[in-house]
Amino acid sequence: MTQAPAVSCLGTSAMLFEAPGETTLTNQQRIWALAREVASWPEVREAVPGVNNLLLSFSAAPKRLEPLEMRLLGAWREAAAMPLDGRVIELPVTYGGEGGPHMADVIAHTGLSIEEIVAIHASPVYPVYALGSHPGYCYLGGMDPRIATPRRKVPVIRIPGGAVSIGGAQTGVSASDGPSGWNTIGTTEMVFFDASRDPPVLLQPGDSIVFTVAEIRK
Amino acid sequence: MIEILSQSAFASVQDLGRFDAVRWGVGTAGAMDRLALLVGNLLLGNPEDAAGVEAQVFPFEVRFEADLTFALTGADCAAILDGVPVLPWASTAAHAGQVLRLGLPQAGRWRGARAYLTVAGGVDVPMVLGSRSTQLRGAIGGLDGRMLRHGDRLPAGDAPAATLVAGVVPPGLALPLEADGLPSVRVLPAAEYGAFTDASLARFWTEPWKITPQSDRYGFRLAGAGLELKTQLETRSHGIVPGVIQVPHSGQPIVQMCDAQPSGGYPKVGTVIEADLWRLGQMPIGTRFRFLRVDWEAALAARDAVDGWLAEVRRVAGLLRARKAA
Repeated sequence: MTQAPAVSCLGTSAMLFEAPGETTLTNQQRIWALAREVASWPEVREAVPGVNNLLLSFSAAPKRLEPLEMRLLGAWREAAAMPLDGRVIELPVTYGGEGGPHMADVIAHTGLSIEEIVAIHASPVYPVYALGSHPGYCYLGGMDPRIATPRRKVPVIRIPGGAVSIGGAQTGVSASDGPSGWNTIGTTEMVFFDASRDPPVLLQPGDSIVFTVAEIRK
Repeated sequence: MIEILSQSAFASVQDLGRFDAVRWGVGTAGAMDRLALLVGNLLLGNPEDAAGVEAQVFPFEVRFEADLTFALTGADCAAILDGVPVLPWASTAAHAGQVLRLGLPQAGRWRGARAYLTVAGGVDVPMVLGSRSTQLRGAIGGLDGRMLRHGDRLPAGDAPAATLVAGVVPPGLALPLEADGLPSVRVLPAAEYGAFTDASLARFWTEPWKITPQSDRYGFRLAGAGLELKTQLETRSHGIVPGVIQVPHSGQPIVQMCDAQPSGGYPKVGTVIEADLWRLGQMPIGTRFRFLRVDWEAALAARDAVDGWLAEVRRVAGLLRARKAA
């Protein structure tokens, strides 16, 4: 684990800020505060929070990197945890069965029963840390490590939108059909992304997800 | 309107890309060769960010349903319009009913992989989140957010009567970049650069890399000497951009391209600089090429060189249009 924040460039189009320390909600709240601050800087096109990090895309690449790096590090020191007062969305999940084809692998890996896994998965309030991967997809914090299950050795070519899955120590919900290396344990129905809405996403950093049990299928 | 006649086109509507929706998980999409698309628009007097059609599987065929001025840029595909050869990097007038056919990219002094068809007025699909580019995941932009197929009809926007302009030297010839006789792209080291072994980094810069058949608009999977980490890294998902060179466990790098997802967690050895992304986007599968290390100043100088070339193209295209109009 790095002790100091790290700044690096992604070619001439963006800069990456990585915060030190564990991924925690408090650290993430500082990332949100930093994002809000730097989004107003003239050389920044977009400020994109990641998990314990922040990407700045450039509207125009600066002549020199060092002054921007220094400002970024300074802004991080100033950034106080910003607890966004977001919405809590309930997602009813049908666990197991056809919509949860990899539940058996999670059972095999954790040694828990399907009822135990569902109870553990459906109990926390999961904060949305950041969006990424595909339109409307949320990186969530707060999964109970007891149900952590390694990513699949061979990714699945196409899992449907609404798939609820576990990859390592994280859980998430696919917002649209696509490939995934995670273990799909259930399915939910919700439109996470709609380009005709403003904003186009259902959930943003600061919002939270609660999974409820619609059904358990064995 | 232009109608797509090819059966399985793998062509798509693209503009310069979607750059303000990454925080919602939306990738940039956009033309793999932005220079070619931009010059196509300049030749027609279009706004530089107007949308065109990117073709990457040939032959590719369209029919013009109305009189329309168009330009072909990017790969030279020995195009013919109703049997008559079409000059690339120039504008051409098509009449209603004429069929334009692009053949295989020609092997000349510079061989590309992707051709751009631009039309006067631009391909007029709706602007979605600031761009007309086709974003496949999430199915937005372009034509219904998908690749084009047989029978699709694309509207052209309103445009003043275009004057015909020729005379642009393709950027592949005007801005060559080679090392040891191989085409090259310049790279800025990225965050995990120092986490790879010195020996594997030395090979990264000195050995050629080959573009494997598992390469497309999402990413270019490369085959070569391979990269080794000194120790396994813990990586967390973060935003990325086209050009980022990720190194999965196999050690064979993947360059993220225009349809790449906007986040990733693999170690990054470097990033192909924005000024050279078009070069990579035009390299056909099987190409052997080199990575050249640059620092920030050299990367900005490369960008300035491309901007300077574009400024000259703008000037010449403007002059030619003014002369024709006079």
